Amino acid sequence: MNFGFSEEQELQRAEVRKYLDEQCPMAVVRGISESVEGYSAEQWKQLGELGWLGLIVPEEYGGAGLGWIDLVAMLEETGRSLFPSPLISNTLAAAALIESGNAEQRRRWLPGLADGTCIGTLALVEGSDDPTVRGIGLRAEPDADGFVLSGEKRFVADAGSADLFIVAFRTGDAEEDCALAVVEADASGVSTNAVASIDETKRTGTLVLDGVQVERAAVLGEAGSGAATIERLVDLGAIAVSAEIVGAADGALELTVQYAKDRVQFGSPIGRYQGVKHPLAEAYVDIVSTKSLLYYAAWAVDKHPEQIASAAAQVKGFATDAFTQLGVTGIQLHGAVGYTQEYDIQLYLRRSKWARPMFGDEDFHFDRVATMGGI
Amino acid sequence: MDFDFSAEEEAFRAEVQEFLAENLPAPEARGPEFAAEWNQKLAEKRWIGFAWPREEGGGGAGLIEQFILKQEMAKVQAPPLGSDFMGLAWVGPALIRHGTDEQKQRFLPDLLESRTLWCTGYSEPDHGSDLASLKTRAVLEGDEYVVNGQKIWTTSAHFAKWIFMLVRTESESRYGGITCLLIPMDSPGIEVQPILSLVGQHSFNQVFFNDVRVPVGNRLGAEGEGWKVVMGALANERSGISEATDMERRLEDLKEVARGARKNGRPALEDSSVRRQIARFEAKISAMRLNGLRALTKQLQGNPPSTETSVNKLIRGQLEIPMHDLALGLQGSESQHANQWTEQSLTFHGTVIGGGTPNIQRNIISERILKLPKD
Repeated sequence: MNFGFSEEQELQRAEVRKYLDEQCPMAVVRGISESVEGYSAEQWKQLGELGWLGLIVPEEYGGAGLGWIDLVAMLEETGRSLFPSPLISNTLAAAALIESGNAEQRRRWLPGLADGTCIGTLALVEGSDDPTVRGIGLRAEPDADGFVLSGEKRFVADAGSADLFIVAFRTGDAEEDCALAVVEADASGVSTNAVASIDETKRTGTLVLDGVQVERAAVLGEAGSGAATIERLVDLGAIAVSAEIVGAADGALELTVQYAKDRVQFGSPIGRYQGVKHPLAEAYVDIVSTKSLLYYAAWAVDKHPEQIASAAAQVKGFATDAFTQLGVTGIQLHGAVGYTQEYDIQLYLRRSKWARPMFGDEDFHFDRVATMGGI
Repeated sequence: MDFDFSAEEEAFRAEVQEFLAENLPAPEARGPEFAAEWNQKLAEKRWIGFAWPREEGGGGAGLIEQFILKQEMAKVQAPPLGSDFMGLAWVGPALIRHGTDEQKQRFLPDLLESRTLWCTGYSEPDHGSDLASLKTRAVLEGDEYVVNGQKIWTTSAHFAKWIFMLVRTESESRYGGITCLLIPMDSPGIEVQPILSLVGQHSFNQVFFNDVRVPVGNRLGAEGEGWKVVMGALANERSGISEATDMERRLEDLKEVARGARKNGRPALEDSSVRRQIARFEAKISAMRLNGLRALTKQLQGNPPSTETSVNKLIRGQLEIPMHDLALGLQGSESQHANQWTEQSLTFHGTVIGGGTPNIQRNIISERILKLPKD
């Protein structure tokens, strides 16, 4: 029993922290979020060189071969910095290939995802209300070479910057008759439409598929047996987003605590008043608890896969509640300046709105917790 | 990061489970002789004073063994390890660290063999949460201290044989003027008056000291060292695992209430809000358990847990109130009748307040961890 990070893991986290502090302070974050691309190609290349894009990719496919424990530590730091990049999307695309790609598919796509020459993302659902296989309506027409896909995938994170999409589609009438395939952005019939995001450090868009030919070699696993992988990807996505939530919540708390120490009213820093310090203490308790749930979930991914679903549902539900509350607390304790564009606290509020529905909101996950808990 | 226990630790867990299966009768089968027999068996195992060094008669157990023993005991609702809670938790460890050989020989064997009962005198009428301002005075006259003052909220004072208490021997220094004395409760000049709890239960008392004479040999530690004696790092496992296990069990009870309940003419469990409330409790209890494991890890690394206990104490308060609220809500008009839940909905306030109210925990967290200015 050891609920702590190793020395190497702490060093790795410190390196990520140092990189982000130097290369991506909040002024740079704001600059990138106003760009068309929504991320810095230069930074993306550096991350590839540092080995952080392929942290969980096995070494034989060009990755660092580390676990989810290492990944969530890195994502906490990118979350803290509101680092604008397709890092989570790219990691989940790699996870899809690791989960269900064959050796040939892994060889073909993982090295590019790990070194930064190719950006991947997931394109799972069309509807806004269901992140599970029930939310997949896109029908595949079988043909001699494989399938033909025509339709739209909405809520595709980083759609505009992706070179490769892991697309979920329907192969039959039963709920679980689903499959996943790799669709490259430059294939004939593939286009994307950007959609303005509540949080411009996180990009989203629609993937349009117009008679796109998917060869059999691009289908991950057996066609029609993708449901379990899709469920797993939703859980992994929920854990990854929770990791960025934890970091961002920590960042928002730090900003607000500092403001409460600096701002003097009625002859004293406002952080002396219990009406101010107590909500901050509550936020701290929520963040500590979210971290505990997060590290347990990451450990489950690495060591006890049978516990992933329950751990993912608990952490995403809890993290969403906590971050939603902190978004409000952070703005209110800043007072009027919290309502300005100039102060950074509003960026965290936006992030909390973005994070809430990602891979299932709190209602979705707590319903799952209830069912898994036997009620 | 590793949440698994070693084979050796799991073997100890199996030993505890086996012992409990063989020796612990069901609650309804526990007769008047039970407590004495049970304590005798525990003493033979050296599970009373389990953490104390073997040379002092204890079990010499490490933190993980203590953790496992407590967890297994809590799972089956076994009575506490030894009937003298205060004596074993506070007095014994303080004697081991600060007592003279004579004091150890005089008190430790009685504690381990359940032949005595201690109460502790900390709080005073005007000094509850602000304990270090205590005013009960002890003045040295020859080789005796003369004690005058009043203690309050003294659990079990009406049948305890001894009181372990803090007195003021010097008024200039707030912490340095406090001394620890061990006083027989039958000393002339001690008067005990009951305080009934809101359910009419008598466990608290006020204790008055009127020229009580205490031999200087009954002082524990040096004069002015009382604060250190009480606050000194205890070797006790302090992850709060018993509390988390207790909450887990009560959550199962709550689910049982929900399974049998109806709301608006339909099964209560068809109501999403009921399901989600219970799911939120479940996630929070997981967080509590995992926070405890984090505190345990910190302790294993040689750092005494400090503010971690405030975090879990606050969470417990966040759980007790809404869990009882829901249980009573599910009972409808039945909640006017006296039953297990309605009774607990009154008594849990004692647990939430004891050891520092939620607002005190929020102060501790915001001042010691977030470093906000003191109120």
